[in-house]
Amino acid sequence: MSKNGTTQNRTLRVGLLARVEGEGALHVRVKNNRVVDAKLKIFEPPRFFEALLRGRNYLEAPDITARICGICPIAYQLGASHAMEEACGVRVDGVLRDLRQLIYCGEWIESHALHIFMLHLPDFLGYDDAIGMAAEHKDAVAMGLRLKKIGNMLMSVLGGREVHPINVRVGGFYRVPTATELAELKPELEWARSASIETLELLKTLTYPDFEQEYEYVALSHPDEYAVLDGRLRSNRGLDIPIYEFKSHFVEEHVKHSTSLHAVLRDRGAYMVGPLARYNLSFDQLTDGAREAAIEIGPGRECNNPFRSIQVRAVELLHACDLGLQLIDRYKEPTHPFVETTPRPAVGFGCTEAPRGICWHRYRIDYDGTIRDATIVPPTSQNQKSIEADLREFVTQHLHLNTEDLTWKCEQAIRNYDPCISCSCHFLRLDLERDE
Amino acid sequence: MNDAGRVAVIGIGNEYRGDDSAGIAVARRLAGLPDSITVIELPGEGTEIIDAMAPFDRVILADASRSGGVPGTVREFDVSRVSLPVRFFNYSTHAFGLAEALEVARALGTLPPEVTVFAIEGQRFDAGDELSLPVVKGVQEVATRIIETLREDT
Repeated sequence: MSKNGTTQNRTLRVGLLARVEGEGALHVRVKNNRVVDAKLKIFEPPRFFEALLRGRNYLEAPDITARICGICPIAYQLGASHAMEEACGVRVDGVLRDLRQLIYCGEWIESHALHIFMLHLPDFLGYDDAIGMAAEHKDAVAMGLRLKKIGNMLMSVLGGREVHPINVRVGGFYRVPTATELAELKPELEWARSASIETLELLKTLTYPDFEQEYEYVALSHPDEYAVLDGRLRSNRGLDIPIYEFKSHFVEEHVKHSTSLHAVLRDRGAYMVGPLARYNLSFDQLTDGAREAAIEIGPGRECNNPFRSIQVRAVELLHACDLGLQLIDRYKEPTHPFVETTPRPAVGFGCTEAPRGICWHRYRIDYDGTIRDATIVPPTSQNQKSIEADLREFVTQHLHLNTEDLTWKCEQAIRNYDPCISCSCHFLRLDLERDE
Repeated sequence: MNDAGRVAVIGIGNEYRGDDSAGIAVARRLAGLPDSITVIELPGEGTEIIDAMAPFDRVILADASRSGGVPGTVREFDVSRVSLPVRFFNYSTHAFGLAEALEVARALGTLPPEVTVFAIEGQRFDAGDELSLPVVKGVQEVATRIIETLREDT
């Protein structure tokens, strides 16, 4: 082989994966010019919160689980609320459901803006981090920060505060906003709408690795909506189940190199959740504006290149702004901020689309509302196997690169998934090893 | 408002991750500060730090560090003059963290004129809401220093 880094046997090692929530390690081994091993390692036991929930009152679950993640607390609060409501035999609909969609728009805007501009864009513009990028792309960074702030504003008005919202409860909200409070958000959301289109224009100019893959995409689906709050679990390979059947079709496995559980589809293996899955399964249900922009500016009707997930996130950003505006326009203050629930011995399930993909909850409660057991399956642990598969394929295709470039590209490939390790465990450090 | 301009103290951390909550603990031990001083608690996500600092003329931040040093050690950085070593705080709970936030704010021109960071070296960052003993001492030291400095200046 030539000397530009393509010796026959080598191991790639990356000491630390930057711009990912937490710490993890990636280990890639190359033998006789073939990738023989790619492992994403996660070091910490993840089930602290499930143990913490046992013995607590069912009404506490939304607030306790919200602490799992500072980036996507709504996914946890609503997943837990839905499960408790189901256990109590109650359904929350109408305007309260609309408000839940609206606060979720806030979370998507916040999370997607952060990832697009501060974490993923530096990769495409050739910077090591957002600091270097900020110096030369001030306008883009300022736009990203303002977009994120609009997500925060929605979270504040509906959630009571920006981080770890305290206003979401089983049955609805502690307090609902006035129509005036919501109407005041409109000018900023309209700005955010234009900024999302500008973001798509910017992303169109970037160069993306040619890396189309075949995935089994799994996402919620809903007959009338780009599903976020509820629906059936569907895949592009025929899966179509109610959320309570999740455990019959998906298995969480212990693997030697990681203390985080790996989720797989029974008898089929890896699957992908998150923006690409939602986009490819529910494209037709995006708002008209988002669909048109996706077709006109990119990434098009279908997207199977994980590096282009940054574009898909921008389409979802636009969708969340559009939907937010529609929800505000039709808002009429409800007479009561929540639906009353009475506990009974039962099991309840909840599953919503967190920015990174489905976040699944199951709780068993007692006659007095005490939580007997809890299971939470966050999106990042579900994507771990797909991340490894991508890495294996990507390294195989790019063995000609020198170690430094290959390592950097591998980190980028992991960031495609916007992994939020605080969800699946807490710290994730990435090591990608290469001995030559 | 006083001669020192608008002043804020920002404590950073996750209160359920052991010594990671050192900055939050500092913010909660600042009794006796003049009312004109704003005290803020943040979990450590960078863009929130950028936004929180922007309205102030002077900001004092407290956070846990994980640099391999002796637990409880307190280090002070005058960020108005020098950058924080990025790697120093790299193990904080969020990868777009404090050091990056300060430098992005500097690049965008929104960094307040006077910014001081107190770093308290942590010992353990696992799940739990208790600080380790050396870190409790570090927290007390930082709180005292902040109170004394701000009393002198205001």
